[in-house]
Amino acid sequence: MSSAVVSTSAAQGRPFVFIEEGAEVCPQPSEAKLCTEGRPPQRAFSTSTFTDARLAGVTSASRLAVRPAAEMVSSGIAAMDALTGGLPRGCLTEICGPASSGRTTLLLAVLAAATQRGECCVLVDASDALDPQSAADAGVELDRLLWVRCGENSPEKSLEQLLRATDLLLESGGFGLIALDLGDLPPQVARRIPLTTWFRFRRAVEHTPTVLLAVERQSIAGSCSSLLIKLGLIKLASSEDRISEQHLDSQSPLPSQAQLLTGLEITAELVRSRLDRKPVRSAEITFASKTAWAG
Amino acid sequence: MFACIFVPNFPVAAVFRAEPELRARAVAIFEGKPPLEKVFAVNESAGRIGITPGMTKAQAELCSELTLRPRSLLQESVAHAALLNCSQSFSPCVEDAAADTAILDLAGMESLFGSLPEIAHNLFRCAATLGLDGNVAVASNPDAAVLAARGFSGVTVIPSGQEADSLGSLPVEVLFAGWIEKEGEGKKKEDEQQKESVRLLATLERWGIRDLRALAALPEVALSERLGQEGLRLQQLARGAASRTLVPVEALAVFEEAIELEYPIMLLEPLAFLLNRLLEQICTRLAARALATQELRLTLELENLAGADPQLDTFGIPSESDAAHSATQSQLPAQHFISGRQSKFCRTLRLPLPMLDPKLFLKLLQLDLNAHPPGAPILKIRLAAEPARPRSAQGGLFLPPSPEPEKLELTLARIAGLVGEPRVGSLELLDTHRADGFRMRRFMPEPAQKTKRQEVAGEGKSAVAALRRFRPPLRVTVTLENGELAHVLCSKKKEAQGSVLWKAGPWRSSGDWWEREAWARDEWDIALQNADSVALYRLVHDLLGGSWFVEGTYD
Repeated sequence: MSSAVVSTSAAQGRPFVFIEEGAEVCPQPSEAKLCTEGRPPQRAFSTSTFTDARLAGVTSASRLAVRPAAEMVSSGIAAMDALTGGLPRGCLTEICGPASSGRTTLLLAVLAAATQRGECCVLVDASDALDPQSAADAGVELDRLLWVRCGENSPEKSLEQLLRATDLLLESGGFGLIALDLGDLPPQVARRIPLTTWFRFRRAVEHTPTVLLAVERQSIAGSCSSLLIKLGLIKLASSEDRISEQHLDSQSPLPSQAQLLTGLEITAELVRSRLDRKPVRSAEITFASKTAWAG
Repeated sequence: MFACIFVPNFPVAAVFRAEPELRARAVAIFEGKPPLEKVFAVNESAGRIGITPGMTKAQAELCSELTLRPRSLLQESVAHAALLNCSQSFSPCVEDAAADTAILDLAGMESLFGSLPEIAHNLFRCAATLGLDGNVAVASNPDAAVLAARGFSGVTVIPSGQEADSLGSLPVEVLFAGWIEKEGEGKKKEDEQQKESVRLLATLERWGIRDLRALAALPEVALSERLGQEGLRLQQLARGAASRTLVPVEALAVFEEAIELEYPIMLLEPLAFLLNRLLEQICTRLAARALATQELRLTLELENLAGADPQLDTFGIPSESDAAHSATQSQLPAQHFISGRQSKFCRTLRLPLPMLDPKLFLKLLQLDLNAHPPGAPILKIRLAAEPARPRSAQGGLFLPPSPEPEKLELTLARIAGLVGEPRVGSLELLDTHRADGFRMRRFMPEPAQKTKRQEVAGEGKSAVAALRRFRPPLRVTVTLENGELAHVLCSKKKEAQGSVLWKAGPWRSSGDWWEREAWARDEWDIALQNADSVALYRLVHDLLGGSWFVEGTYD
């Protein structure tokens, strides 16, 4: 075995000479000396000698190819782009947050940006929750959006439909963005998605120009997601302050018919990014959204 | 120059085209009303074991090696259409001479398709691809080409001026074969022509005229004195000197294939085999004409719908919900026409773009039939394709990605089978103020155009706050304090309940008061405090029904 030869050489304290296959071996003075000592002439080790047949497919760590940086596309919100650098193609991105945290606003902004770039997009909607008027107001080109409405029956059934539909869509290919809306699924149901499914999705979308986006209450894809964005929770403790920040104008003595919801203030935190080599520092931004009637 | 393609033993060839596995066996075709059915045509293998046309079916059945099939005029008409398709793929000027014969004008075609022998061989191969084993002959006039095709098997090319020599060896019977089969002529006329041809043939036989060379050598005056103008016409044909102009037929508007089944089919799997065969034939015919299709119509003739046993029938009777699901733009609803003991089941498959892929069509039909089963055993299958020009599109190197139309169509059909047809597609807003006013339509993205860089959302404007709908809306109980909203209670979704922290509204709207589905409502935007969180909801009071609903959440 070649490994035995290597260990023998190492034990004898001889230096290994690695040469490329087919290259001529220059006679070494030490070799000549060794020959005179009556030992069979030692040939310098070539890489083929060193490599066991079982290790033929193994690439040495020093030769591992550097994974090319993912192409980033705009999320449609300048502040988000500044925080994350955009959304990576060929990767899974998770947006998680509780109700009224701005998940759908962000999702529609991403869809609007993608459809306006001329890409075909899919929204696999586990809870059939998309509001078409909101999508149109956000600037989504509805002709380029394929809407798959799951969730006619139980959450478990809709989850199964979502996973199978996503498999089919990833297999089909050609979409610029595939968004999975799990935002209304109870966390205990969403957590039933096996990690292997997320690995499969990540593998299927790898090396494709598709952005795979999942919107959910809590992060469920684990290490499969390249980017994890967490949207803020409105706390009761500071509800008065936050509500006033959110254009609700609660402190105004005006009656309810004189008040108007003009927008939401969304807080986003970049929890994890696997796109950079160094660990990302958690960063937080706040950006405002307006209601369609606020002008 | 003219070419003729002739399919010998056409009724048997039509059956072989529908059932290629019979080619290696002895086959006899019978026709007539029971019990007076007689053998009408036989193939070579059947002839070798002593089966001849005219035998009764009962006599033929004594031979165990023989496969008997009823004559199918439907399959013959389909085979005839395929023959014309094959011919029209080589020349725009094609005469429909008989059910088994087509004549082509090859003037000017040499520059397109090569030399005459090449054209003849390609025509022969094209017919074989369509399941028709025919004889092809090329001559300087149509009648000489027809006689050569009827007389010589395989491919024959007669150089100009050598018609008489080439045709001389043919028996005189070839002059009378097939002319009685011309379509559009009445039965009475056919009988008269047959009698006349039998009389002339008997006369020539008495004279000792066996082949065309002998007929061509007869003195013209003496021949006309004895047989009249018909005799001279036959002599001209025998010399290969007759001349006439072709009567071209128009190209077919619909490509149809059909198959009649000896036994009714009850499972989708054997049906898929037959559909595959029909689709391949249709696609071959379309490809021969450089066409594609955008609409496929499947018509199934079913056996006695009312009497079908639902226990034995694996298709199942389509439910009302199925019928409702089928009311989409892509696939028209299944239509049942009941006549006598049979009913028809029709499905139409409309494609967004012209396509020509039999495997894709088969998969789409399978998915469609899975969703909308016929409901009774199938006796007859007809498949028609509306021809369309194939799409000519070239993808741009710098255009955004878009799914391949064929893959997309199949994916959409599979997803429709998963979630239901009306629940997949793109959405279209309706011109109404009614809440949730939209409809689903077929997803047909237009190919991206390379235009000037469009403004990406977010580069100049802020995001738009979105509503997230609950479908159906959540029914809630609202507590009022001093006429103001104070508390919301929802039994179905615990998160959508709590005390009202903030409210804006009501915003009143109504519409469609002139119709049965009138609506009138008050809307509030409210912030609900629930446990340790606050969320914004849209609360609706239905003024006609008096109920309260949470319609969605601002998210």
